[in-house]
Amino acid sequence: MSAAPDPPALQITGLWKRFGEKIAVAGVDLTVPTGSFYGLVGPNGAGKTTTLSMATGLLRPDFGQVLVRGQDLWADPLRVKATLGVLPDGVRLFDRLTGAQLVTYSGLLRGLDRDTVRDRTADLLRTFDLADDADTLVVDYSAGMTKKVALACALVHAPRVLLLDEPFEAVDPVSAANIRDILSSYVAGGGTVVVSSHVMDLVQRMCDHVAVIAQGHVLAQGTTDEVRGSATLEDRFVELVGGRRTEGALSWLRTSSD
Amino acid sequence: MVAHLVRLKLTLLRNGLRSSVWKVVGLVLTGLYALFLVAMCVAGLVVLGTQDDVELRRTVVVLAGSLLVVGWWLLPLVAFGVDSTLDPERFRLFALRRRHLLTGLSLAGLVGVPGVATVLLGGASALAWWREPVALVAGVVGGALGVLLCVVGSRAVTTLLAPFISGRRFREVAAVLAIVPLILLGPILLGVTAGLATVADVLPDIAVVVGWTPVGAPWALAADVGAGAWGAAAGKVGISLATLVVLVAVWDRALAASFVRSEGGTSASHSGLGFFDRVPATPTGAVVARCLTYWLRDPRYAASVAVVPVMVLLLWFLGRGGSGVLGAGVLVAFVMGWSLSADISYDHTAFWTHLAAPVDGRVDRTGRAVAGLLVGGVAVLATDLVVLGVSGRWDATAPLLGMSLGVLAAGVGLSSVYSARVVYPVPKPGDNPFSTPQGNSFAVMLTQSLGMLLLLVVCAPTVGLGIAALLTDVVLLDVLTLAVGVGTGVAAVVVGIRTGARVYDRRAPELLQSIRSFA
Repeated sequence: MSAAPDPPALQITGLWKRFGEKIAVAGVDLTVPTGSFYGLVGPNGAGKTTTLSMATGLLRPDFGQVLVRGQDLWADPLRVKATLGVLPDGVRLFDRLTGAQLVTYSGLLRGLDRDTVRDRTADLLRTFDLADDADTLVVDYSAGMTKKVALACALVHAPRVLLLDEPFEAVDPVSAANIRDILSSYVAGGGTVVVSSHVMDLVQRMCDHVAVIAQGHVLAQGTTDEVRGSATLEDRFVELVGGRRTEGALSWLRTSSD
Repeated sequence: MVAHLVRLKLTLLRNGLRSSVWKVVGLVLTGLYALFLVAMCVAGLVVLGTQDDVELRRTVVVLAGSLLVVGWWLLPLVAFGVDSTLDPERFRLFALRRRHLLTGLSLAGLVGVPGVATVLLGGASALAWWREPVALVAGVVGGALGVLLCVVGSRAVTTLLAPFISGRRFREVAAVLAIVPLILLGPILLGVTAGLATVADVLPDIAVVVGWTPVGAPWALAADVGAGAWGAAAGKVGISLATLVVLVAVWDRALAASFVRSEGGTSASHSGLGFFDRVPATPTGAVVARCLTYWLRDPRYAASVAVVPVMVLLLWFLGRGGSGVLGAGVLVAFVMGWSLSADISYDHTAFWTHLAAPVDGRVDRTGRAVAGLLVGGVAVLATDLVVLGVSGRWDATAPLLGMSLGVLAAGVGLSSVYSARVVYPVPKPGDNPFSTPQGNSFAVMLTQSLGMLLLLVVCAPTVGLGIAALLTDVVLLDVLTLAVGVGTGVAAVVVGIRTGARVYDRRAPELLQSIRSFA
């Protein structure tokens, strides 16, 4: 990266987090350039969710700094949070609200006026194919619909930086393609997106930048082409993370016993 | 296989205990308490065994045993979801023989304090015949049959009714309604005791009849053997065994059906934005609207509103229709004001929505407090109106309003600080509002007690003045109560929101982190 005049959309330096005995994140440094579509990949339990939680103000880091467009998140949380769109993973929503109420709630909480919230809520629900279920309680939504309505909540205030934890999990292929289009056009318009995912193929096609995280460390980061070199992202990922077993594993499985 | 299920239950229990020392303490205390009760019962049975009155022994053992069985059968319906660790639904993907599953689940049902206590009591029921060896043996057999009836019946009833009671709507409504008889337990017991006194003469006859029913038969076995009525005794064994067979068959069928049934429920539609259209379009207004919606839609909140009419009834009953009922409004105010102290705990991890948005403590605290004051205010005013009307003490209007509104506001103010500082495990969204969440510790109970104690101290001047005003005819006291009540209330809310907001701004991420650690 050449020295850019603008500060990066997200700069994480020396981030640490420990839960009891377990060190979930051990000195993570990440630089997400403005206008990039950034993929965060890693095996289960690598520290992706913990890193994203600390980068969005949901979890206080033990050490380290999070700069969003040059501003220190943990020094001035309210100001920085206003520019972030967040989709965390593994948390509940206020699911006794209807879909429309939930998106409205997110919009109002972020200080939008009533008309803007109403228009954008209708737009978002239509785009995510939830218009028919706008008046259904979110608790009665399917997993994929819940993901989509949460994404709508993350977008309603038109944030400058989007941090999405597993946005495609449980989402059907058509909706996933729609979401990809929305995110791509958002990036084209100058926004920055960070997504975490297990699906290497998706990240390779979608993201222009990527970071590989395992056991709380960043193993590689840069443009997707830099990181993967001549191999596919999946092969490169396996090479970096290790843990592939081919010889002698479950040999008995080959001999069917019928 | 059977041993596996029992071991699984034991492992679940042990791992649950491993996570916190306080849980071990809790279990030990519950165990000691149960042991104490069992010991009392055993002592009672031994004493009963010294009585020569055969009829008395039969009456006590049969009626108490039947109550035990009925309790096992019906309690899981009320307290649905209290113990779902071995929910048969979770085994649907395993290739298990149903026969093994049935035996394993029955035995696993006896692991735990209630199970062990029931086994002890079932065995001890024979002690009422400790002077007659043959009847004693019959008593042990009867006790074993009785315990089996308890466990198998309880599983059969829950499995059979699961499709009905697992629907979200039913569960929510039933859970809230179930609290009514529970709160009224005192008056009901009083009524029953009074009733019992009048029917004491026919109790032995009732026991004889109940002894022929499925719930009472095993408990009547020893009495029949003791009396030498071998035909009747054989009948009791027959009834018990037949009941067991029927219950196992029902359970088996229901279990088989549950394995092929798909999960799912009904969904309700709520058109429009509800409260969100009726509040100012500001972050604080949004929080108010969200909280109000939850007060109406979430059974955990609805439960505390449902308590209101019950409380009026209770005080009216205890006060024998006199002026004691006037206290209902103050009691409602206390309960509803303090119920706000669990607000963030009730959000569970959905609390991240506030944390991710640029919402500061002032917005969060004010929104929740305003919603609490609105709902609580309506409930308190309605209660006051009803009790004033019922008692005809319209002269007490001013002090009553002063007391109830003052207590409500003080509760809301104190809760605003408490809930920004302490989160604790509560029933999760969608759980039974009266289920006991895992991991509640004594540390939390201690802070809860301290908080309520502090609330009592803050309310004391108002309530003291109010009582004085109610008992005398001094107009000055009426005015003073109203003034002091409103004064302390407003002060508590303002100071509470300010302090709570400061605490919130400092600790909000830590609150979310501790909520996540409960999950």
